[in-house]
Amino acid sequence: MKLKMIKFIPLMLAVLMFVGCSTTEQKAEDSPASVSETADKMDHSTHDDASTSGAKASSGWAGHPLDDPAKLTSTRVIHFDFDRSEIKFEYQAIVVAHGEYLAQHPSQTVTIEGHCDERGSREYNIGLGERRANTVKRLLMAQGATSGQITTVSYGEEQPVAVASNETAWAQNRRAVFAY
Amino acid sequence: MIFNQMKKLLIFVLLLACQMAYSAPLKIIITESAMGALPIAAVPFGWQGAGQPPNEDIAAIIAADLKRSGRFKTMPTKDMIAFPHTGANVDFRDWRVLGMESLVVGQVKPNGAGGYIVRFQLFDVFKGEQLAGYSIPTTARDLRATAHQISDLIYEKLTGQRGAFATRVAYITSVAQIKGKRKIALQVADADGHHPQTIVTSTEPLMSPAWSPDGSKLAYVSFEKGRPSIFVQEVFTGKRQRVASFKGINGAPAWSPDGRKLALTLSKDGNPDIFILDLARRTLQPLTRHYAIDTEPAWSPDGRYIIWTSDRGGKPQIYRMPSGGGKAERITFEGKYNARASYSPDGKLIAMVTQVGQDFRIGVLDLASSQLQVLSEGILDESPSFAPNGSMVIYATKVKGQAELAAVSVDGRVKQRLALQVGDVREPVWAPYSQ
Repeated sequence: MKLKMIKFIPLMLAVLMFVGCSTTEQKAEDSPASVSETADKMDHSTHDDASTSGAKASSGWAGHPLDDPAKLTSTRVIHFDFDRSEIKFEYQAIVVAHGEYLAQHPSQTVTIEGHCDERGSREYNIGLGERRANTVKRLLMAQGATSGQITTVSYGEEQPVAVASNETAWAQNRRAVFAY
Repeated sequence: MIFNQMKKLLIFVLLLACQMAYSAPLKIIITESAMGALPIAAVPFGWQGAGQPPNEDIAAIIAADLKRSGRFKTMPTKDMIAFPHTGANVDFRDWRVLGMESLVVGQVKPNGAGGYIVRFQLFDVFKGEQLAGYSIPTTARDLRATAHQISDLIYEKLTGQRGAFATRVAYITSVAQIKGKRKIALQVADADGHHPQTIVTSTEPLMSPAWSPDGSKLAYVSFEKGRPSIFVQEVFTGKRQRVASFKGINGAPAWSPDGRKLALTLSKDGNPDIFILDLARRTLQPLTRHYAIDTEPAWSPDGRYIIWTSDRGGKPQIYRMPSGGGKAERITFEGKYNARASYSPDGKLIAMVTQVGQDFRIGVLDLASSQLQVLSEGILDESPSFAPNGSMVIYATKVKGQAELAAVSVDGRVKQRLALQVGDVREPVWAPYSQ
């Protein structure tokens, strides 16, 4: 029994570390202004067969490997600065993890959605969202993913996840989403 | 035969979840009034027939049009002391005492077969003389249109500028549905917000409506298959064609002044560039070739130039190029973010989104003097569109989190908000005069 618990320690630590790293994300999700439409759509449409998660008493993740909360690939959204498309340092490992997964699973495809906040003009934001999606695509390909595995689409400012008009909401809306 | 109508200001009415053809208009809030507005009285029109008079109050529609233009101060009916319907019954002394400069009287009579004849006269109160007088045959359905047409005649007679009350606007609405979904619609309404009609609905984004120069078609972007395509739709029949569905962005359609071409944004070659699509021949000609974002093209009224947004200098600014191709010339230098430009009907001004501090507002650039005047005061203003007579700019704004429309006179003196009852309204585009 004790031995079994010890076996889980690395996994538990990994989960804890992950949670620790992603407090910003968690906060975003908890915000009342947030409507995680995109996330819902992604989860339901692409992983119908994945079991609901939970903390598990087995040594491995039972669901789809991409959903394993111990792995960076379970993070599907990264954020950008205003009118910028560079991948910020804190998100690079996440994109790299997705790229490695895609490289290891050549039949897996993904759509990268680029999104913007509501400031500025709408069609310019379509261009900016595409630039964000393409930046992510290039980093995925640098890990060995192929162009054929990756589709990009820009929604500009048309599909906000947070509807308020303040910096907190804008920061949430400036994002790229991995939709598997 | 009047199908459309007008006004400078809008009111919006939203379609609730159900798809009603008509809804209650939205309230108009005049936030800033013009100094020196002309005092005018529009006396309730008489009814010269047996049976029920028509439902529409023509004088009230005219008064509302004139008031919203900001150029007129209209007399409330309750303050009137006489109610003449023809010039013969007008005692000008009554109206001089009340300080009126102009007076509108009229009457409606049946015209067989359910039609009407609307007769009106416009007077100069001080001189005691008639400035205009017309008899207009119409139908019950077109009574509002007739009223707007009369407003146009009065406006032109008294200001010297063609009226734009008998025009329409198109705009995008977004209404929350259950489960976080939104219903997006492209609607067309009279310029006073009445008679809104939905011409496209989708659960995916609809964007960038653009009127053909004759007002018969709208080009727009639809994400209905999960990715953007450009459609051209006949406004009256609803018939439509998909005209661009390339890999990547298909966006920002803009009609050439002759209606034969669309300038648009495509990223099929890797990044957004402007292309010219010949609608009849279906040929595509690249206009810009740059690794920056090039988008939001607009034609000069004479068709010689395209202006567009580009961040080739690091930040979005407005550039100009001959529509047949040539050298790109930057035309905005003030402010760190200028985008979504369009020409005034006379080609002398360019309206755009301009960043002022942290805020995004509507600016108008005078091309001759290079002076940029900021017309709006919001923090998230966008999508400016000139009225077809160039007198006003309608745009999208946000007030307390609600997306509304607003309009401002090009001199910045008269401002109006057009509040919506339910949901968001955005991307207003003022229709051209019908041909």
